[in-house]
Amino acid sequence: ALPQGAGAAGAPAEDKPNTLDEITHYNNFYEFGTGKTDPAEYGGSFQPLPWSVQVDGLVDRPGSRALDEIAPARAVEDRIYRLRCVEGWSMVIPWNGVPLAGVLKAAGVQAGAKWVAFTSVLRPEQMPGQRRGVLDFPYVEALRLDEAMHPLTLLATGVYGKPLAVANGAPIRLVVPWKYGFKSAKSITRITLTDTRPPTTWNMLQPREYGFYANVNPDVDHPRWSQASERRIGGGLLGGRRPTLMFNGYADQVASLYAGMDLARDY
Amino acid sequence: MHPALAARISTALRRVPIALVWAIGLVPAGWIVLDLMQGRLGVDPVRTIEHRLGDWALYLLVAGLALTPVSRLSRINLARFRRPIGLLAASYAAAHLSAWAVLDMGLDWSLMGRDILKRPWLTLGMGAALALAPLALTSNNLSIRRLGAAAWRRLHRLVYLAVPLAGLHALLSGKVIEPMPVICLALTALLLSTRLSRRIVPARQR
Repeated sequence: ALPQGAGAAGAPAEDKPNTLDEITHYNNFYEFGTGKTDPAEYGGSFQPLPWSVQVDGLVDRPGSRALDEIAPARAVEDRIYRLRCVEGWSMVIPWNGVPLAGVLKAAGVQAGAKWVAFTSVLRPEQMPGQRRGVLDFPYVEALRLDEAMHPLTLLATGVYGKPLAVANGAPIRLVVPWKYGFKSAKSITRITLTDTRPPTTWNMLQPREYGFYANVNPDVDHPRWSQASERRIGGGLLGGRRPTLMFNGYADQVASLYAGMDLARDY
Repeated sequence: MHPALAARISTALRRVPIALVWAIGLVPAGWIVLDLMQGRLGVDPVRTIEHRLGDWALYLLVAGLALTPVSRLSRINLARFRRPIGLLAASYAAAHLSAWAVLDMGLDWSLMGRDILKRPWLTLGMGAALALAPLALTSNNLSIRRLGAAAWRRLHRLVYLAVPLAGLHALLSGKVIEPMPVICLALTALLLSTRLSRRIVPARQR
């Protein structure tokens, strides 16, 4: 069976997907500003198309790939995933996209490759947050190769069957549902296979607060807030909090990736 | 400012009813209620309500701290606005704290307790609230009479602790450093330094 995450037949009612309006108007995309509505408000100046992604590093067939080549319409799957932000809120999002594993296999992963680095777009002229320099842009993220090859790991190109909104990381972004949202880099321009662990943006800024792995873990708190519970967006004024699940509820599918690791140390 | 002009403005300000200060001060709260009723608080109204109440508490605290130095510099007497502005600030702080406890934390007392003890920004915020509470409760003529003016004044120096605590709380609540708390903290430092310099160098020696 395909990994469906939450929202498949028989999923609990509280995992009902958020509305498109909620998904596109509550975003952390600092390229447009630090406010949650900045991406929706200032995203209009960003022109995502045409788009290509450079796939390089330790691959047999490096090169630039057009968006259609990476995610051809016939290959696009629907995946309803929970999204847990490191800030303590969560959503349920019906993504459309292709498994990253297929893209990497098509490029031919070489034996020495151990990590996969993602680079987000750098266009300060179209992105006001990049001009303010809130973070060290371009935004970079990375996964261990086995995490990148995991069937849950998705390159998303749409939500609710519509092309990705700028606020969600148009036209193509990563989705790693068992990790905090900041791992899922938006508007990806480059995917590089490496043999050393690549630097990642939030980890460089605050290594104590944002680990490389950033697996959702209710037992390992952010130094400034608890990660034991979360508030589901769209729950209304009195929606309250719900307990955060280990690996965001995907433990049965991903816990084996971290067997033998001390997750309090490698947070 | 020319003393005659300052005196004229002071006289005019004496006629401003305190109720008007309250009415103006409650506009931001009314705005939040209006936005809420019209669904204009965005995708996460809880966070918006919490943040807007907290922001206004901080603005009013800094404004309250500014009244005395501004009075001295301009020679316009603003002393009678201290009580309503202080009480407004405390009201917004109380509403902010309630929004956090009820809407954000869902009154999960054990979670709130652990967070307050463990997380510096929440400890600082709670410290600010605890420092403000006795000031709000004694901001009335009866309390001044009961405590005596000297003791009352000593107690109300707690505001010099509460405002920086509130500013630090705002600064540390974000994922990155935002301009608003930095500006409020800078103003607080400036306003407190004018008080400190007056204590170190008594007025008659200047």
